[in-house]
Amino acid sequence: MHRVPGSITPRKDPRTDPRGGIHPAETELPTDVTATHPTPHAHRGDPVLSMRGAELTLGGRTLWSGLDLDVHPGEFITVLGANGAGKSSLLKAVLGLVGLSGGEARFQGEPVRRGDRRMAYVPQQRVFPAGTPMRGRDLVALGIDGHRFGPRLFGRGAVRQRVEQVVEDVHAVEYAHRPVGELSGGEQQRLRIAQALVSDPELLLCDEPLSSLDLHHQQEVSLLVDRRRREHGTPVLFVTHDINPVLPLTDRVLYFAGGSHRLGHPDEVMRSDTLSELYGTRVDVAQIGDRIVVLGAPDEHPGARTTPSSPSSASAPTTGAPTSGGTA
Amino acid sequence: MTVLADDAWWHQVVDFSDYGLLLGLVQYSIIAAGVLGVVGGVLGVLVMQRDMAFAVHGVSELSFAGAAAALLIGTSVVAGAVVGSLVAGLAIGLLGARARDRNSAIGVLMPFGLGLGILFLALYDGRASSKFGLLTGQIVSVDGPQLYYLIGICVFAAAVLVAIWRPLLFDSLDPDVAAARGVPRRMISLVFMGALGLVVAVAVQIVGALLVLALLVTPAAAALRVSSSLTLVPFLAALFGVTAAVGGILLALGGSLPISPYITTISFVIYLVARLVGAVRDRAAV
Repeated sequence: MHRVPGSITPRKDPRTDPRGGIHPAETELPTDVTATHPTPHAHRGDPVLSMRGAELTLGGRTLWSGLDLDVHPGEFITVLGANGAGKSSLLKAVLGLVGLSGGEARFQGEPVRRGDRRMAYVPQQRVFPAGTPMRGRDLVALGIDGHRFGPRLFGRGAVRQRVEQVVEDVHAVEYAHRPVGELSGGEQQRLRIAQALVSDPELLLCDEPLSSLDLHHQQEVSLLVDRRRREHGTPVLFVTHDINPVLPLTDRVLYFAGGSHRLGHPDEVMRSDTLSELYGTRVDVAQIGDRIVVLGAPDEHPGARTTPSSPSSASAPTTGAPTSGGTA
Repeated sequence: MTVLADDAWWHQVVDFSDYGLLLGLVQYSIIAAGVLGVVGGVLGVLVMQRDMAFAVHGVSELSFAGAAAALLIGTSVVAGAVVGSLVAGLAIGLLGARARDRNSAIGVLMPFGLGLGILFLALYDGRASSKFGLLTGQIVSVDGPQLYYLIGICVFAAAVLVAIWRPLLFDSLDPDVAAARGVPRRMISLVFMGALGLVVAVAVQIVGALLVLALLVTPAAAALRVSSSLTLVPFLAALFGVTAAVGGILLALGGSLPISPYITTISFVIYLVARLVGAVRDRAAV
């Protein structure tokens, strides 16, 4: 993939110039289905989400501050950073579930508020216990009226129809009738995407939706997210500990580390000098094939909300020692 | 009885002479038990989803303490049980949002409640059967208007459960997404604990504080073994609950034993059959 040169290939790649600065991804026939041109709508119109001087303090510790972020229709923003750097908290702040300690966040021009159902949220895959009295379609339907009190007296047909449509869209017809407790991680995540899309959201917030999925399912799930923003212009904030599965889709990277952050094109952010400055220690960014590998990124200092047993912690070595498996 | 026949013990278990007469005397008890069976079964589905079987047990011990206190000061036992279980339910709801916090809170509350109840019973010098009944159940000792209260409480709790059913299930299944979708998590959890407290207070009157789980957990657990349909599971749980509660009373009328062992045994047998059905079906599916 050619739009991931990072620090290795300079941005003024000669290949781009004869075509008048057209993005290199367009100059090659994509061999990989995920290598579609990102952002047909980017930077058009008013930002869907706009944060100015935003600061978040949790438990006396300032996770980030001075965050200025405009998310435009159709944009795919990948949020990276060490455990406890405040990636998930960014989504919670956007959802209005935690309050900013400074600055402001506006969604569609209004201050963000809790329970705004124009945003949709896709969480990390979590095993549903066997014996959960819910089938795939029930899970999707919760995205329509799961918050509503009282029995579903009217509009059952409309709910069923809409659920069916989205289940087909995410190609989950085969297993949507099965109990959620029996579904594989990849199947579950497809249905969770369906649950998020069923309410026709204006902003998609994804919190590590790919973790604990295999490569194939990672690609399928990110394709679903990508298709939504290409077809409907729904912007995406995508929190992940590994940029590689979504690298071809990423328009901008928001990288949190050391109480600070960098926002920009992957080529600008995923560089040794940028990340070293951000972490305040030497960090090497290498490109291996079409993958970006970050070496030597330390985990956040003690007191960070780390979960040592979580799979994501493996990517950010706590010792700060270089590890070959450490991806951004 | 002058001569004890060899099968005298058996007549304690089943003896259906004068059955029709007895049936007329306890018809309201049967209705109350039936309503409790339905509500308990449906509530149990939510209890299982929220992993709160231990909380049910904890609430029932405090409900017992409340009922014992009422017995001691001579007011309505039903009212005492309701107050006890509401206090416990709301305390558990407020103290621990996370399962681990909650379980330790319950572990602390439960022996305290049971101890209080035993203290009140020790101070009470009324009929001994009333004392025993609160722990192991004796619906026949609840009479008159008290039974109407029990039925009314159950109907009210059922209405609350229907109202909060979907958001509560959403919250149990996927708390983060539910919060993001605007489900008022804290409020809904407290309302649920309130409804749970009410149903437990009724169940304490019928099966006794120690055996509440037989009507609030076992039927739902059995239903979950045989189905995972969002509509079929509560229906089956209610059916199993009614079968155990009403069946238990009908059988108990034929003997001189308390009704609790009948209810718990029927409930348990239903669970065993459900497990068997589930296992056979799983094997067939492979």
